[in-house]
Amino acid sequence: MMLLIVFGASFMAYNLEALSSDPLAVFAESTAKNKQYLIARMIRDLNLDVPPPLRFFMWLKGIISGLWGHLDLGKTRDNIYVIDAIGQAIPTTFRLVIASTILAIVLGITIGMVTAIRQYSRFDYVMTFISFLLFSLPIFWVAVLLKQYMAIDFNNFLAKPDIPIPLVIIFGLIAGLAMASIIGGPRSRFWKIFAGVSIGATLLLEYLSLTHWFVKPGLGVIGVGVLAFGAAAVVTQISTGLDNRRSLFAALGAATVVTAGYFPLHLLMGAKANFLSVLAIFAITLVLSALIGYLVEKTDRAVNIRTAVITALIGTLPLILDRFMSEFGGYLNSDAVNGRPVPTLGQANDLLTPQQSNNFWIQGLDFTMHLILPTMALTLISFAGYVRFSRGSLLEVLNMDYIRTARAKGLTERTVIVRHAMRNALLPLTTILVNDFAGVIGGAIITERVFGWKGMGQLFNQALVNYDLNLFMGVFVISAILTVLANLIADLLFGVVDPRIRIRK
Amino acid sequence: MSEKSSEKNENEIALHETESLSQGQIIFRRFVRHKAAMFSVFALFFIILFTYSASGIHLGTKAHPFTIPGWWKYSITQIDPEGAIATMCKNGVTGCPTLDLIPSFIDGTGLNVGAHPMGTDIIGTDYFALVTRGAEQSIMVMLIVGLLGVLVGTTIGAIAGYFGGMVDAILMRLTDVFLVTPTIVIGAVIGRRFGNLGIVPLALMLGFFAWMGLARFVRTEFLTLREREFVDAARLAGASDARIIFKHILPNAIGVIIVAGTLLMSGAILIETALSYLGFGVQAPDVSLGTLISQYQDSFSVSPWLFWWPGAFIVSIALCINFIGDGLRDAFDPRQKRRITLKDRMKARETKVGA
Repeated sequence: MMLLIVFGASFMAYNLEALSSDPLAVFAESTAKNKQYLIARMIRDLNLDVPPPLRFFMWLKGIISGLWGHLDLGKTRDNIYVIDAIGQAIPTTFRLVIASTILAIVLGITIGMVTAIRQYSRFDYVMTFISFLLFSLPIFWVAVLLKQYMAIDFNNFLAKPDIPIPLVIIFGLIAGLAMASIIGGPRSRFWKIFAGVSIGATLLLEYLSLTHWFVKPGLGVIGVGVLAFGAAAVVTQISTGLDNRRSLFAALGAATVVTAGYFPLHLLMGAKANFLSVLAIFAITLVLSALIGYLVEKTDRAVNIRTAVITALIGTLPLILDRFMSEFGGYLNSDAVNGRPVPTLGQANDLLTPQQSNNFWIQGLDFTMHLILPTMALTLISFAGYVRFSRGSLLEVLNMDYIRTARAKGLTERTVIVRHAMRNALLPLTTILVNDFAGVIGGAIITERVFGWKGMGQLFNQALVNYDLNLFMGVFVISAILTVLANLIADLLFGVVDPRIRIRK
Repeated sequence: MSEKSSEKNENEIALHETESLSQGQIIFRRFVRHKAAMFSVFALFFIILFTYSASGIHLGTKAHPFTIPGWWKYSITQIDPEGAIATMCKNGVTGCPTLDLIPSFIDGTGLNVGAHPMGTDIIGTDYFALVTRGAEQSIMVMLIVGLLGVLVGTTIGAIAGYFGGMVDAILMRLTDVFLVTPTIVIGAVIGRRFGNLGIVPLALMLGFFAWMGLARFVRTEFLTLREREFVDAARLAGASDARIIFKHILPNAIGVIIVAGTLLMSGAILIETALSYLGFGVQAPDVSLGTLISQYQDSFSVSPWLFWWPGAFIVSIALCINFIGDGLRDAFDPRQKRRITLKDRMKARETKVGA
């Protein structure tokens, strides 16, 4: 069935593209003496004398021979094998897509859930408006704005990294307002939180500005420690509640592991480190915290281990981040970057010296810097959908009878929301998540164009502009197969996570 | 005194509850209560009226144009170099917007529209003419794609959902075939071919590839509705399939159709601008909001108004449509209860105390 759908879609796309394209148009203005010969040669090379529906089957033959290992998608107009061109483009597109999808999901679901819990609050109204606004933004327009304000202006700012004091205060007030409206509660608590967070954020930002932190960022052992223990508190609060002392101890233990590991683990983070060393760091912290979770108490071992491991997972991220940050100063002042770290175009800096590009950390930093703008653009756009979706779905679940039962039997609000409501609310998310991921190649066409990346979207563009039928069909088939596969996975996943639904037939 | 007024109040509530309202009236009242949606209706109406009256109406293809001129004095091909120089900014950039909405007691110049309210581009083309013309095109695409998508989607969804079985299977596989094709890709293929014919053929073709989501929604709705008792009753009374579909099921599914239709429309305007931005949509010398942005994005740091105006139009149109859709969804949702506001609570408390 799946194959039939892909077949039907490719047949339609092939004929549409073949009928609407005119590869001979390049010769219309040509004054070359051998014009007739060139035309004849192109007709022969591209089989233009065969009507498109029949030509489709000639193309299909190459795909079918893929079944016994000779996948032949034909050549592009530049005489490169289509399969090679796609092979190079896919990792680029995935890199672009995965980061933004994860960010959009995490941010979108968190904010969506908070707006549902604080329904009809000011925070809810503001977020609803913002998500509608983001929903209505064309991505190419956002991209230009980001290029101006996030790249050009930020780079200018780095040249003179002093934030004026009024701006610092405004940022502090915004942070306070956001935090206070998220936490909510009676008016007196609102003002207390607002005042506390505003002052704290203002002082922190002023400190960062005075120490020129943005030019030489870093967390240090103190920053990593604060973040790790913060993660411990938040994870425990969400998963078991702070009243559960043993879980709290397990999480705090995990945070201690991360903080204590700050100096020893740097042995693994030398200039010659690679991806495996990062994995090793995660393995070390995770195993140690699981051990702590195991040793804390005999009862509820699974819960303690889970809390500790999640804490360690989140807590190790700043540790790694700190290592990347430590290279930022050198990266910023190197000749290749020349003090302007956020690029507006391209996917990697070609000017890096071999020494730099062999350093895992500098290369990673370079990757990240190039990812910032496209990821922000894609995240902003798709984030809105997740906010609306998770808000609606959680609200629906919260109105159900079993939630009222849970409240009536005296469970805490945390347990009701995290244990009972959230799980069911997130079920349908599997469907839109997978669909979203599949629709991404379509979205990549614009993003890659705006930011000058060389991925699948760029290939599509090239194919359309050059009337390159083979390339077009190659990219099309890959994206169609991905979409169909994604739907299949969504159906199966849904059956796994929701025992009420089993695939019929 | 207070006793009397509360009595009267209670009577009012009772009267209000028993007032007989048709389904349509209930939905209309719910919609009117949605402030953002109501505001959007007026805003969208105003935008459409404003752009269409300013730039005139352009229908037909390039070979057979049909034009009603608008009230704005410049056209999109007219160049006014003196005007551009005359409206120079303080930093020496030509063609600044002359629109001044700040009243005179603040900056002393007063409300002023001027010769080029949205400025001009570097050679002196009036930007107001370009933007209103672009907005006109984009709105046209939005309306045509919306109407056509709703028409095709409803037809296919209704037939698949009502008849079920083999018909359903075939139609849904057909929908899947269209669904695995990214809309923007098909749009680009079509746009490259039909973009130079003018906006109406492009919109018609786009509409034929934009009905899939709606068809799925309508099918699901029909699948549940056809099992209901009133459909059985109609069938027993001897109604034909067509009569059951049009008279009995369709009116009940209208909510889903309208809501999905608004989603389709806000998607359509973004797709059209994206296509034009990529160069596969509306072709020069004609303009749309997308071509304006792609044409002038590089001059953002010098003359930012060339970038802001078309973007503002896209965003406000799409935003209006989305809010209207939200309001309609709330209005059609039978589970939707009115939010108890602080005012209601105060009123209730007063009544209680009085009684």
